[in-house]
Amino acid sequence: MHNPARQPLMLLILVLTFGFLYIPITVLIGLSFNAGGLPTVWTGFSFKWYSALLHNSDILQAGLNTLIVATCATTLATIFGTSLAIGMETRRRHGRALEALIFAPMIIPDIVLAIALLSFFSLLKVPMGLPTIIAAHVVFNLAFVCAVVRARLKSFDWSIVEASADLGATAFTSYRRIVIPVLAPAIIAGALLSFTLSVDEFIIAFFTAGAGRASTTLPMQIYAMIRFGVTPEINALATLVIAISVTALALAQRLNKGGLPGQ
Amino acid sequence: MTALLQIRNITKRFGTVAAVDDVSLDIAQNEFFALLGASGSGKTTLLRMLAGFEAPSAGQILLDGQDISALPPNKRPVNLMFQSYALFPHMTVRANIAYGLEMERLPRAQINQRVDDILSVIELTAFANRKPDQLSGGQKQRVALARALVKRPRVLLLDEPLGALDKKLRGAMQLELKRLQHEVGITFIIVTHDQEEALVMADRVAILQGGKLLQCGTPRQVYEHPVNRFAADFIGVMNFFAGHAQPSGLRLADGTQIRTDQPMPTGPALAAVRPERIRLGPGDNTLTGTVHALAYHGLDLQLHVHTAHAAKPVILRLTADSPEALTLHQGDPVTFGWAATDTRIFPA
Repeated sequence: MHNPARQPLMLLILVLTFGFLYIPITVLIGLSFNAGGLPTVWTGFSFKWYSALLHNSDILQAGLNTLIVATCATTLATIFGTSLAIGMETRRRHGRALEALIFAPMIIPDIVLAIALLSFFSLLKVPMGLPTIIAAHVVFNLAFVCAVVRARLKSFDWSIVEASADLGATAFTSYRRIVIPVLAPAIIAGALLSFTLSVDEFIIAFFTAGAGRASTTLPMQIYAMIRFGVTPEINALATLVIAISVTALALAQRLNKGGLPGQ
Repeated sequence: MTALLQIRNITKRFGTVAAVDDVSLDIAQNEFFALLGASGSGKTTLLRMLAGFEAPSAGQILLDGQDISALPPNKRPVNLMFQSYALFPHMTVRANIAYGLEMERLPRAQINQRVDDILSVIELTAFANRKPDQLSGGQKQRVALARALVKRPRVLLLDEPLGALDKKLRGAMQLELKRLQHEVGITFIIVTHDQEEALVMADRVAILQGGKLLQCGTPRQVYEHPVNRFAADFIGVMNFFAGHAQPSGLRLADGTQIRTDQPMPTGPALAAVRPERIRLGPGDNTLTGTVHALAYHGLDLQLHVHTAHAAKPVILRLTADSPEALTLHQGDPVTFGWAATDTRIFPA
């Protein structure tokens, strides 16, 4: 077989591309364990920057805020996104137009969405804070959850829902015991994806957070910190964020590919 | 005695098309009833109305004299075995079967007992903890059947239950289903496009065409005495001869008379005779032709004979090891005949 990666030039480009993408991340992770404070000299392995993180109340507060935002936004987006996906699949009227509307937040640049939401909240005189960030995150997370669940619904056999009704189940019971469990891998995958997106989302959160430290999220905190230079503390924080994101994404991919639990 | 299930003037329209058109049927307690028709005949729509998945546009469905037309599927003492089986993919065989009983909120011990019983009836006790995707087609079919039967419905509806099985398994399952129906004493209504299946299994057969009921009767009645040419053509193989009805018989275009003991209509008509009723040699009706093709089927030999009297070759069935069957060749001239009592006459 003709394998493009076998050609020396192609291989070189491949290595350079991946190197460009991943060497900085690897260096960052490495430096987060560097005992010394200078990014140029390795002085020994240490967890001291991680322990410094734990004693920085600003970072802890921002971390807690991010967790609150991501958890709330994911929960709401998962409930609404799943309902929406099922609704669109079962009632096909106006499907196309609705689809375009729902998936728009995935395509519209974040900055546009951020400004739009900011103007919207100001216009309605909604006090800015964590609730407005959560609402803003639900807007785009919903699109992702809906997309993932809809993909699974394409191959969903609706006769099992009829079978459930035939065997005596009410519509509610059919959803609780049949539809939701069968869709569970896709729903969880959508939720994990949504959580990951929420955790590291900066622009929209920055615009809809309002003034003051109370609603600062982790990406906003990191942004504030690097204005005084990259410290090893930030490397440690970034490493933690990477770890969380990668775990969630890997889990999401596995669930969505692996099909039903127990298969 | 009144029928268990009375279908009264049921009509289902989708837009302007009537998928089921003014069908009335009475189905008795413990009957094995088949709805037979080609695709698009309305048989599945009729079944889905019985299950409650479609609301009739007009007419009534009575069960034990009670009108159940307005009841949703989960409130009807009727269960459906789906063509695709529709097993719950995330549940084990045991959980699939127990599901319907859990909906009835029966005590756990009773549910377990009934699931165990039905598992041994369908001989899948060893597979109780498997998921549907770990079962063969025949096993899935039995689980689907058990899941519906365990509810002890008044009527069990089966939508092409053997459609997904291979031919040999299908033959075995036909008898198995019939035996099971006899054992559990539940009324079975089966939908099928396979006439052989309907004839083998059912006590009575209803033939549907284009949403209308063509004929309803025992397999022998519908096979031996079809009510019209469509019913005659639909069930089994039938030879037709077009001609003109006269008081003495049917006169073919070349003047040949086909004799019958049936009452004659007037005008253009068709004479019909089953292949197995035709013998080589003269009979009450005698025709000649040449052998067009021979088809060996193991037990019998189908002889296709070209004649001047019919548009299509006439089909005869000979025993495969009879002297004629062993000596006839393509192109041989043959004389064949049949009794007047075996001739059916239909208006064209």
